[in-house]
Amino acid sequence: MKKQNLKAWLYLLPALAFLAVFMIYPLVDVVVYSLEEGYNSASQTFRGVGLYNFSYVLRDPYFLAAVRNTFILVVITVPVSTGLALLISLGLNSIKALKNLFQTVYFLPYVTNTLAVGLVFMILFKKTAYSEGLVNLLINWFGGPSVDFIDGPYWAKMLVMCIYTVWVVMPFKILILTSALASVNPEYYKAARVDGASRGRIFWRITLPMISPMIFYLVITGFIGAFKAYADEVALFGTDLNAAGMNTIVGYVYDMLYGNSGGYPSYASAAALILFAIVFTITCVNLLISRRTQIS
Amino acid sequence: MKIVLEHLTKRFPNRNRKIKSEVVAVDDFTFEIPDGTLIGLLGPSGCGKSTTLNLISGLETPTEGRIFFGNREVTNLPPEKRGVGLVFQNYALYPHMTALENIMFPLGNLKRDERPSKEEMRERAREAARLVQIEPYLERRPSEMSGGQQQRVAIARALVKKPEVLLLDEPLSNLDARLRLQTREEIRRIQRETGITTIFVTHDQEEAMSISDLIVVMKDGAVHQIAKPQDVYDDPVNLFVAKFLGTPPIDVFDGEVKGGTLFIGEDAVLPARGVEDGPVKVGVRPEGFIPDPDGALRCGLDRVEVMGRDTSIVFRHEGLNADTGRAIVDAEAARGLEGGEVRFSLKPLKTCLFDKTTEARIRLADGGGKAAGR
Amino acid sequence: MITDKSSASSRIGKAAVYILLSIWAVVVLFPFYWMVLTSFKSYSSYNSEFVPRFFAADPTLSNYRDAFTAVPLARYFLNTLIFTVVTTAVMLVVTVLAAFAFSRLEFRGKNIVFALFLSLMMIPNELVVITNFVTITDWDMRNTFQGLILPSVASIFYIYLLKENFEQIPDELYKAAKVDGTSDLKYLLRVMLPICRPTVVTVTILKVIECWNAYVWPRLITDDQAYFLVSNGIQEIRENGFGRENIPAMMAAVVVISLPLVVLFLIFRKKIMSGVMRGGTKG
Repeated sequence: MKKQNLKAWLYLLPALAFLAVFMIYPLVDVVVYSLEEGYNSASQTFRGVGLYNFSYVLRDPYFLAAVRNTFILVVITVPVSTGLALLISLGLNSIKALKNLFQTVYFLPYVTNTLAVGLVFMILFKKTAYSEGLVNLLINWFGGPSVDFIDGPYWAKMLVMCIYTVWVVMPFKILILTSALASVNPEYYKAARVDGASRGRIFWRITLPMISPMIFYLVITGFIGAFKAYADEVALFGTDLNAAGMNTIVGYVYDMLYGNSGGYPSYASAAALILFAIVFTITCVNLLISRRTQIS
Repeated sequence: MKIVLEHLTKRFPNRNRKIKSEVVAVDDFTFEIPDGTLIGLLGPSGCGKSTTLNLISGLETPTEGRIFFGNREVTNLPPEKRGVGLVFQNYALYPHMTALENIMFPLGNLKRDERPSKEEMRERAREAARLVQIEPYLERRPSEMSGGQQQRVAIARALVKKPEVLLLDEPLSNLDARLRLQTREEIRRIQRETGITTIFVTHDQEEAMSISDLIVVMKDGAVHQIAKPQDVYDDPVNLFVAKFLGTPPIDVFDGEVKGGTLFIGEDAVLPARGVEDGPVKVGVRPEGFIPDPDGALRCGLDRVEVMGRDTSIVFRHEGLNADTGRAIVDAEAARGLEGGEVRFSLKPLKTCLFDKTTEARIRLADGGGKAAGR
Repeated sequence: MITDKSSASSRIGKAAVYILLSIWAVVVLFPFYWMVLTSFKSYSSYNSEFVPRFFAADPTLSNYRDAFTAVPLARYFLNTLIFTVVTTAVMLVVTVLAAFAFSRLEFRGKNIVFALFLSLMMIPNELVVITNFVTITDWDMRNTFQGLILPSVASIFYIYLLKENFEQIPDELYKAAKVDGTSDLKYLLRVMLPICRPTVVTVTILKVIECWNAYVWPRLITDDQAYFLVSNGIQEIRENGFGRENIPAMMAAVVVISLPLVVLFLIFRKKIMSGVMRGGTKG
């Protein structure tokens, strides 16, 4: 038994070592950092211990802007992408011809580099001195005025950000919902038809309750994912997100850590912990709601 | 409500797309189901019985032919306009609803002006629940009920709209042996109490025999015989029907008719007046054998199995289509049988002749077996 | 299944479904089309089209040449390849060993350690990146492959996935192997891995996708172009390469970068999709 014990730990050793150094220790360390006031990364000294970092971050206008941006992004993209994905999955499940082709096409954004495609989105939306950009030409064609979506008004930038985020998260949601819909036993639909249920009633009373666990799963993971938005924004607006006014909470963390505005791991840690607290709270609320609706 | 099927035919495109030919699931079906009967559609799997049920329910539309409920043609009506209740093999109870909600669901589907009040819906659901005796379980969800209880909820849900036709797809196949016996009595009772014309699909001949008023035996999309259970058993129209019904199964021999006498091997076993000379298939029900020291049919004795009331004699014969045959006889009659040879005389009413190639029944001139049912 | 009376309306419904699905297909494909199209337009013709053309009047490969010569795209590519292969390989070894210990070996504290692993699964990367950045800097590993790779190796979710799969292998096989005198390691390599190949392949593919698209960590840890991965390369090209506005050349670089994963996806379509369905979430 002793020998077996030793051997087991030997097998586990590599994983444990990596996790200890790159996950467990950092987890403790991030809390320590967040409590060290006036930390100087050059001399590795700090003034005192307290909550000053948190209060600094919470008063930093860049952080507040990042929080606002992130919340708008979450509130818009999660419902829109989930609803749209449900609509498309329902469509996908009702057809036979071309179904595979559509599914393959829809999944494509999942495997592409979001930085790369973000660049294409930027070009499509960007207005430059010598070109209006394709989207603006479309708007003009319908009689609207051009908007600079990349360097223009806030709402326009937010719109592009939401559109791109939805584009990026759709593959996963369509995949999950399509398989959830396909796994509903067709006998239920047959039974409902014999019972004379209308299409709407079949959807609301049978389909939706049957796939509701998957929808909740998507909403929860969608919230978590959207709160961690960062790379997509860099793709659209460049690395200096604060200047573009499009920073996100995660972006703020990295900006505090590194780059021109960096060198403040304490502020970064405090912001990261605040983000974690927000995500954790919202996930718990989501779980509570989903449990309650599942029971009733 | 009587049901009339006229030349009903359903063809499906072949599943293997490379094969252009169509699959005929139901082939030119014509028969009439009298009002208030319980009818069993019986056949091996893949014979088209479930498709027939789907055609009657309206879940599928026939390629050709017509369906009447009473005098009303329903061929192209969607299921909800036909007034049918359908119970699925796996019950298809909605897992997120309680038994009561499941039973009320069809009522809630009615258009606003036809829909009864909430109270009345609940009362009607209770009434249906009372009929199938599941009242105590109304607040439970399907996952909290036994198979038999789920089955009853499914029947109540099918009955709650007071349909004129009740359709059951393999209603007993998901139950264990004990529940199966109990539930089939229950179905019979519910059918008697409501007087509703009921069609059920099964591949289990014993199930069909035990509760049906009429049995429809199907194979490869075609109806082979429609008759009362005992008639189908005693007076099959062909070898398939004869073999499909009865446990233990009928014993089939190669025989020959020569000069008005039926021979099995060398033995002249029965008179066969009016039958042309030539080779035939001879089917003998296990209870059609009488052990008789002077009997015409000589067989090799394999073993004797005692099963309480009855005894089976397992025997061998060169003309037999299987390795061994089985005769069921009184315990008394089998006493003293040992090794070597056993001789039987055959009961004419339990012996049927079939054409060797078409396997159609050959009837004797003097009406060997009962006068033809159909 | 369709009754005659409703067939007209159901045909309209079907058409509406196909239109909806086609619209979304266009939305998904259009950026790809635009990226490929633009990459074949010459710099001058791209800039002279006020209203962009939907086809390339005279397609040119010069952008692709530029992409490989004007910026060190080949270098980015090679770096990403090295990063992806090494990270995935080390991850597989670590993951398989840990999953084997959890699924097959009995040892004291197994349940506690496994519970610890599971709870770590909920920790977002953002929380630990800060310290890792400092750690790697302290170890003088900025702008090295070790610095890129080491923190990207541990993947608890894949350990979990493999462990579940390993546990489905019946005990009898293990006992039979023991009776035959097979060592644990040999049993793992000769029996368990072959049986669980589909899961191993899935994990590998998912990790490859993750590595190929990695952006945040490489950005933090590298500022020397010689160690840039493709994602950072793209960002660098966008901000400094090609004299800012050479969009066709940029698109050529983007096409080159996107191509490997698209090809990988088209080959392993079923595997990737079922793997993602089993719990891979992006981000």
